[in-house]
Amino acid sequence: MNAYLTSLIGITRRESLRFLSQKGRFFSALVRPLLWLVIFAAGFRAALGLSIEPPYQTYITYEIYIVPGLCGMIQLFNGMQSSFSLVYDREMGSMRLLLTSPLPRWWLLFSKLLAGTVISIIQVYVFLAIAALFDIRFSLAGYVAAFPALLLSGLMLGAFGLLISSRIKQLENFAGVMNFVIFPMFFLSTALYPLWKMAEASPLLRDLCAYSPLTHAVELIRFALYTQFNPDAFVWLVALTALFMAGAVAGYDPERSAILRRAG
Amino acid sequence: MTSQDRTGLEVDRLTHRYGSKTALDGVSFSVEQGTFCALLGPNGAGKSTLFALLTRLFVPREGTIRVAGVSLQENPRAALAMIGVVFQQPTLDLDLSVVQNMKYFAALHGLSGREADKRIGESLSRLGMAERANEKVRSLNGGHRRRMEIARSLVHRPRILLLDEPTVGLDAASRQSITEHVHGLARDDGLTVLWATHLVDEVGDSDQLVVLHQGKIRADATSGEIRNGQPLAQAFARLTNDCEAAA
Repeated sequence: MNAYLTSLIGITRRESLRFLSQKGRFFSALVRPLLWLVIFAAGFRAALGLSIEPPYQTYITYEIYIVPGLCGMIQLFNGMQSSFSLVYDREMGSMRLLLTSPLPRWWLLFSKLLAGTVISIIQVYVFLAIAALFDIRFSLAGYVAAFPALLLSGLMLGAFGLLISSRIKQLENFAGVMNFVIFPMFFLSTALYPLWKMAEASPLLRDLCAYSPLTHAVELIRFALYTQFNPDAFVWLVALTALFMAGAVAGYDPERSAILRRAG
Repeated sequence: MTSQDRTGLEVDRLTHRYGSKTALDGVSFSVEQGTFCALLGPNGAGKSTLFALLTRLFVPREGTIRVAGVSLQENPRAALAMIGVVFQQPTLDLDLSVVQNMKYFAALHGLSGREADKRIGESLSRLGMAERANEKVRSLNGGHRRRMEIARSLVHRPRILLLDEPTVGLDAASRQSITEHVHGLARDDGLTVLWATHLVDEVGDSDQLVVLHQGKIRADATSGEIRNGQPLAQAFARLTNDCEAAA
């Protein structure tokens, strides 16, 4: 078998085995969006009226609105978790093992990224299955159409995590990332509120939301779940994935990177 | 066998700086194929920097590294394919089994299926670890974990083996057993070994010994020649103290 494919499969297998052995991680990855769905959304539905806008063709309840956003949230957290584990790997030395492989570094990083994305997609489908138990269901075609959207959004958010991991010097700095990256990104997106609702509060907030990477991920997923394609979100996601990945590869480049020098 | 085939590792005028601090200063030495070479130096001598450059964790600005005749700078992938590494820090997934750890590493080197299984089996047997193949790494003691890492570093059949203080934190019996195993790899299998340490008792008289101190090579000969009838610890102390006195 081709060495590239072999390494990709090997890295994916390792990430999956690690994920399965960390039961707490799987559990919290599911409980977090379910809390939002079952408690937050139930309380919030009375406070927030939603108008009809694409891809919806009728009035929807708030629970239905936030499901794509929660899928994005799962992938956002998973991307950050992978990034966290990369920084941990670097401190623990496993990163050095990966980087002594004779395969090109960009390929090794891409394999890591794809492996993390596959894991995030599994989490999303398990979440969607549980949501279906609460009567939040989509058509079978919607579930199928969501797959490529989830793949792209997972790659973008994973690449974002990779980029962050290449710039973070110490594990301790990760708490800062949670506060200053993950939460603002989540709240400043269409995951919880539509753009027009944001505009009512503040035009500036609306604009920040409209350009947030997570917004494009959530909108691509939202449209896909209704078997519709959102070209704007797609173009944004492809561009952002390429940009973040290029930044991450540069960050891990032995000729340019300053970050790995600490390890000496 | 041509002369190039006899070449194990060649390091030529290697210099590396962290900002204004010089960690390695014109380091040159070579190790012939099948030789066990101990790289002895006190903490902070520059051993880890040298290892980071040898494993291409970062790229040297000055000087060259050749692995079995292949330049690490010009052809990094071919050179890395011939290097096996055991890092000072453990690099194992504790919750995976020995075999799962080995398979992951084999995949990173493009090995899979029956060929990978065969080589993993051979490497584990070589280090006396075959019966532990399916145990979780977490359940292994420190000595066995280290042996597993050495077995893992052999899976892709490297020409040279780099070990960065591999016995740190192990008890005396494990230390001796691992030192003997690796000497055997050089003697019986023709592997070129570079073994970084700060412990003199891991070096045999017939081993090549390179003494590194404050980023410079202070001695390069067989250990027997360097100690010249004295205990090695004394010779080593003299070499490193002389430098400090001169500095």
